[in-house]
Amino acid sequence: MSLARKGRLITLIGLGLLALVYVRALAFTPVERLQGPAQKIYYLHVPAAIWAETAMFLVGLAGIFYLFLKDPRLDRFGAASAEAGTVFAGVVLTTGPIWGKPIWGTWWTWDARLTSTLFLFFLYIGYLLLRGAVDDAALRARYAAVLGICGMCLVPFIHLSVYLFRTLHPQPIVLKPSAPSLPGSMLVTLLLSFGVFTLLYVGFVMQRYALALAQAQPDERSAHA
Amino acid sequence: MRDWLSQAWTVARKDLLLEFRTRTGIVSALVFTALVLTVFNFGRDPTAVPTIDLAPTILWVTFTFAAMLAMNRAFQLELENDALEGLLASPLSRTSLYWGKLLANLVFVALVEAVGLPLFVLFFDVPVAAVLLPLVGVIALATLGFVAVGTLFGALVIRTRFAELLLVVILLPFLIPPLIGAVQVTARLLGGRPLSEAGGWLRLLAAYDIAFVTLATLLFPFTVDE
Amino acid sequence: MEGGAGGGRVVALDDVTFTLQAGQTLAVFGPNGAGKTTLLKVLAGLIRPDAGRATVAGGRGAIGWIGHQSHLYAHLTVRENLLFWAALYHVPAASRAHRAAEVMQRLGIAEHARRPVRALSRGLAQRAAIARALIHEPRVLLLDEPFTGLDLAAAAEFRALLSQLRGAGRVVVLATHNVGEGAELATDVAFQRRGRFVHFAPRGGRAPAEIAEQYRRALGDAGA
Repeated sequence: MSLARKGRLITLIGLGLLALVYVRALAFTPVERLQGPAQKIYYLHVPAAIWAETAMFLVGLAGIFYLFLKDPRLDRFGAASAEAGTVFAGVVLTTGPIWGKPIWGTWWTWDARLTSTLFLFFLYIGYLLLRGAVDDAALRARYAAVLGICGMCLVPFIHLSVYLFRTLHPQPIVLKPSAPSLPGSMLVTLLLSFGVFTLLYVGFVMQRYALALAQAQPDERSAHA
Repeated sequence: MRDWLSQAWTVARKDLLLEFRTRTGIVSALVFTALVLTVFNFGRDPTAVPTIDLAPTILWVTFTFAAMLAMNRAFQLELENDALEGLLASPLSRTSLYWGKLLANLVFVALVEAVGLPLFVLFFDVPVAAVLLPLVGVIALATLGFVAVGTLFGALVIRTRFAELLLVVILLPFLIPPLIGAVQVTARLLGGRPLSEAGGWLRLLAAYDIAFVTLATLLFPFTVDE
Repeated sequence: MEGGAGGGRVVALDDVTFTLQAGQTLAVFGPNGAGKTTLLKVLAGLIRPDAGRATVAGGRGAIGWIGHQSHLYAHLTVRENLLFWAALYHVPAASRAHRAAEVMQRLGIAEHARRPVRALSRGLAQRAAIARALIHEPRVLLLDEPFTGLDLAAAAEFRALLSQLRGAGRVVVLATHNVGEGAELATDVAFQRRGRFVHFAPRGGRAPAEIAEQYRRALGDAGA
């Protein structure tokens, strides 16, 4: 089975499992006391946020290896990971407000996770725009690697800025969206969801990678003409 | 070591000489700064929000935008003069080239800030006399960080479409941590609070500078070499 | 040098190997797109070949490049330009001014020393570009289509200058698509087509016309 087909299969399985996780979340996981049913979106929100960030690290890592090894596969992987990361960041940024409105009464709040993910989203957009602005494949790969590495190194600073800002400006909200301690059943659901998101990441990356490979093939063929 | 520094200075000197010969870059940046500060004044309602609360943000947004104007020209200049290849073919080390450009950019931005700060004080009647020295220190600390990244990205965008626009877009996320830090420290200084209260932010600025100056120096050769 | 340079989609240089000693002048003839510029760039260290390597005794500092781009800053004066490039090429500070004056004298542009480059005519600007390439007294000269845009008189002057320069134990590599231009200066001749050397031999006693004929025959079929 080709890479693209495998990727699509994994993605579909992932989406199917996600639906199952949600059945579990809605029917078999207790409703959170303070937040009510809206809290259920948490199971989408948190794993997506984790993967949005992890994807950036992988982009940076791929960049480092590319600069030394010059293997175009690393560049394709970086691009695929960036696109997957953008999607996940988008999920966080849309589920956040959906969660926030019933609980806080506002669509947007500058809480740690949303803010960090917003900056991450800007990073991804910049990365994808840079890729789009360079025609030559080798040049594009090199530039993307440089930006990816810088992006990866920026992430800790984003967290630091947000952390410093929050400790000095305590949020007026009583409810913490990122509750660290969860009762067992909720934790299990969360972990399951995380597993599913991992699967989704892999599926997305495989599909995008396959697409990039297919686009690159004609060029490689003409090189040996 | 000294050779590396002197070569960097040779590049910086040439850039500054060119800049002051043509003057278009520096004049636009200065005019832009004055314009932004003026517009901010008309955009606010002094009865609703005291100036002092907004002042740090106004100052830093102005500086950042003016700096972005400056950073574009560093490598654009070489492209315009068809000189980039010449620089790369010469024995000039890539690191010296980066540091030379960084130095020239810093001088350029420092000049804009040196004019912008008094204008800011004038327009918004902000008491800076007591904290002038620490304020200048913070300005220098924050500026180094984003100019270091901006210089690297300036080299990154020269062979792309819509170079100026792209530079702004990819630079934006990298401006946020130093900008937030600078605004926080500036706010504390202008509010008469001791600098120690802003310790965390100062450490952030310093760490950012060290991290990104190093990273930019390491990555620069990959940006210009084929 | 030896090796090849890819570039991803197009193979610009394919299996080129040669060594040049002091006093040799290699003329590389080939149509546009044959890879002549790529060859020179690999020699200058501007492009790293995908395979193989290029070594120039003395490194970058020993190379003088004359090509399409002038590498002169339009708003700086000729003298300022020369001093800048001299500094980059490690000409000792004390001798820079002297060398600049010398090379400007040699190229007949001394009286324009303090004029900005953008104020110079095309011919003068070209001479300034040559001055820039020579100021550090390079032992290796790389010339990429140096006769482009020169009228007959200027071309003759340049040829005279070149024959002076190559005498002093220098290595010269000259790339051009015009077989008539470099042949009489060369000690070695190469024809390049699609990245490969289809001919590489000492000039022997061949007259330029003969070389031109051989070139036409070697590259006439199938063209570029």
